[in-house]
Amino acid sequence: MKNGFRTCPTTGLRVHAQADALIKANAVAATVALLVGGIAAVLVLLTRWPAVHLLDAVWFYRLLTVHGMTMLIFFILFFEMAVLYFAGPVLLNSRVPAPRLAWAAFGLMVAGALVVEWAMWTGRADVLFTSYVPLRAHPAYYLGVILFAVGALAVVGLFFASLVVARRERTYEGSVPLVTFGAATAAIIAVITLGHGAAIYVPTFLWSLGRADVDPQVYRLVWWGLGHASQQINVAAMVAVWYLLGALTVGAVVLNEKISRTAFVLYVLFISMAAAHHLLVDPGLGPAWKVANTSYFMYMAVLASLIHGFTVPAGIELGQRLRGFVQGAFGWLRRAPWGDPGFSSLAFSVVIFGFVGGITGVTFGTEQINIIAHNTLRVPGHFHATVVGGTAAAFMGLTYYVVPLVFRKRVALWPLARIQPYLFAGGMFVFSVAMTFAGTFGVPRRHWDITFAGAPFDLQFSPAVDLVLGVMALGGLLAVVGGGLYILITVASVFFGRPLAAEGSADARGLPAGIVAPPLRRAAAPSLDPDRAGRFGHTPGTAILVAVFLAAFVLYYFVNWKLLSVVWKIG
Amino acid sequence: MERYHTGIESPRGVWWRPAHRTEKIWVSVAFAWCMVLFAMMPIWHLKGGQNPSGIRHRVDPRAFQDRVEEFIATYKVGEDRGFPIVEPPPGSDIYLLGRMWSWTPILKLRKGATYTLHLSSLDVNHGFNLHPFNVNFQVVPGYDYGLRVTPTEAGDFRIVCNEFCGIGHHLMLGRVIVVDEDAAVAARTGGER
Repeated sequence: MKNGFRTCPTTGLRVHAQADALIKANAVAATVALLVGGIAAVLVLLTRWPAVHLLDAVWFYRLLTVHGMTMLIFFILFFEMAVLYFAGPVLLNSRVPAPRLAWAAFGLMVAGALVVEWAMWTGRADVLFTSYVPLRAHPAYYLGVILFAVGALAVVGLFFASLVVARRERTYEGSVPLVTFGAATAAIIAVITLGHGAAIYVPTFLWSLGRADVDPQVYRLVWWGLGHASQQINVAAMVAVWYLLGALTVGAVVLNEKISRTAFVLYVLFISMAAAHHLLVDPGLGPAWKVANTSYFMYMAVLASLIHGFTVPAGIELGQRLRGFVQGAFGWLRRAPWGDPGFSSLAFSVVIFGFVGGITGVTFGTEQINIIAHNTLRVPGHFHATVVGGTAAAFMGLTYYVVPLVFRKRVALWPLARIQPYLFAGGMFVFSVAMTFAGTFGVPRRHWDITFAGAPFDLQFSPAVDLVLGVMALGGLLAVVGGGLYILITVASVFFGRPLAAEGSADARGLPAGIVAPPLRRAAAPSLDPDRAGRFGHTPGTAILVAVFLAAFVLYYFVNWKLLSVVWKIG
Repeated sequence: MERYHTGIESPRGVWWRPAHRTEKIWVSVAFAWCMVLFAMMPIWHLKGGQNPSGIRHRVDPRAFQDRVEEFIATYKVGEDRGFPIVEPPPGSDIYLLGRMWSWTPILKLRKGATYTLHLSSLDVNHGFNLHPFNVNFQVVPGYDYGLRVTPTEAGDFRIVCNEFCGIGHHLMLGRVIVVDEDAAVAARTGGER
């Protein structure tokens, strides 16, 4: 270690000790949040499974609030702060600028999160994640969110500062790596998001003290600038992690920097307007506004995702082919390191995010189709596929590399780590598909009792709904087991794990394939002969995969128009 | 011969280069598909039968409640479990008020007739879900959402609240009755169940 730096034996990067420590602290906070949110998840799940119906109404709505806030804000953002410290200082061989400010920001985020958790668990904020005005929570709840957001904003500022410092101190040559570029787009979107957060939580905090008025429709409009935009940070960060995991696990290459970076820029320009799709059946906004925001703007962000959906697998395919896996259209995929939890998480994340989350999201975000989707279980079905099956799965996969690369430990309980992604992502796939399907029958989201016992009239859903919700519960429980294993493995690795042995040790136990035999091909890479490219270029397998994806997308989209066309005439 | 690098390496020199043929094709196809996605919404406004545009304006919750009460007084034809059953003439403005935790009144409509359904809330956000058709609208206090609706099927339907509105949220269930036009006259006196 020299001047507070060490050199990573796997990647050759110079790592600042402060970056190491901050990544660790944020990762630990994220894991604690995941545990809290996960406990709430099990209890909520067991209540929405009609055969069990565990909690009473008060605790159901309370824990649903806890689950949403803890997962969507605390878990994800703490992890993303760690990603920013990695993509900035670490990937650029640079230092953390103003480490004291970094620790103050971390402290602020922890304090804010604790205040919010206190308000929620003590029943002072039974307002769900969205806290739609005029539902009222304790002022401390809004204040806690503001503190957390200010801390997060400071970390984002430090990330930008680290870009400037690295360039000025010439710690890298050429342009920043694609992963850093992707993280930078996530950081820019974070500024937009947190700006909306301030614009709505500050007046709402004052309103909760009786010192201001907040219009319910304006609240929905501005709040979603935070609520959905924060998920767009996840998307950008997740895609950056896709490129990162691809590079670490199989030496995935960047097909074309111009295309991938332009796609990230499309996110920055257009993805924030996508929040409009939460207001498609709201009374406060007109059709022109709705169409403009969900088409001109959102579809350009959709285009960006479609591009990454091609370039990420194609980069993996080409990386694999360059390593010699050239057989047939799918030899590269068959012979991929499926026992490396980093790679299997990456593969599941791409598939679930695209096939389940992406297709449903774009379809439901269509102005008119939203009529048959809004506030039904179709909505949480969609976003569990994106945020959990997509983002969380990718982040979990990355953890199996963070443990050896940053914590300098071997992954504990390795046999369990190998199957963890299969349980988590497999369970989440079943869960989100079943949930989306249940929503097709009109089953409401955020609802304690769909048997309507005690309501003035009777209502019975199709008997199929019970079955579908049962399948949903089983998928959810499987995912919970996977999530529990993840927590167990990371805690065991970090606190009780065996340290990484000296370099060059042949002992590969508890290490992912990408660490044991790094696929990074720096300079010495063999090149593919352009004359040998087939009809679909060097990536025929990916060409077939995206064609299947597009067919599924077109089918699902038009089936929904058909479903819409048979309901009451509305205009 | 092309030399590749990974996403965690800094690209050296000029990286603004032409894309591969496959990549170009996919970007073009994806863009074309996005244009289809965009075109479908305006097309449905012109040709489709379901659009969430409506007539929208601000309304004072108390004033809306007064309008609902006047509406009930004018067209009331019966009562069910304490809720008034209201049968307005086809083509008229009809009202539905969401409040913690009920929908008022019970609407009795004719199949094939068109009404302007005004939705609003007295207190917090509510969610209008017409069961079993799965038609959903957000009901926001202070805003009047006037939607032209045409029931396409006769039957006894429910309105589920699907926006969390407090501890009694799951009890908030309303009723809509749609009768066939021919049978409407005969059924006028027998709204009770």
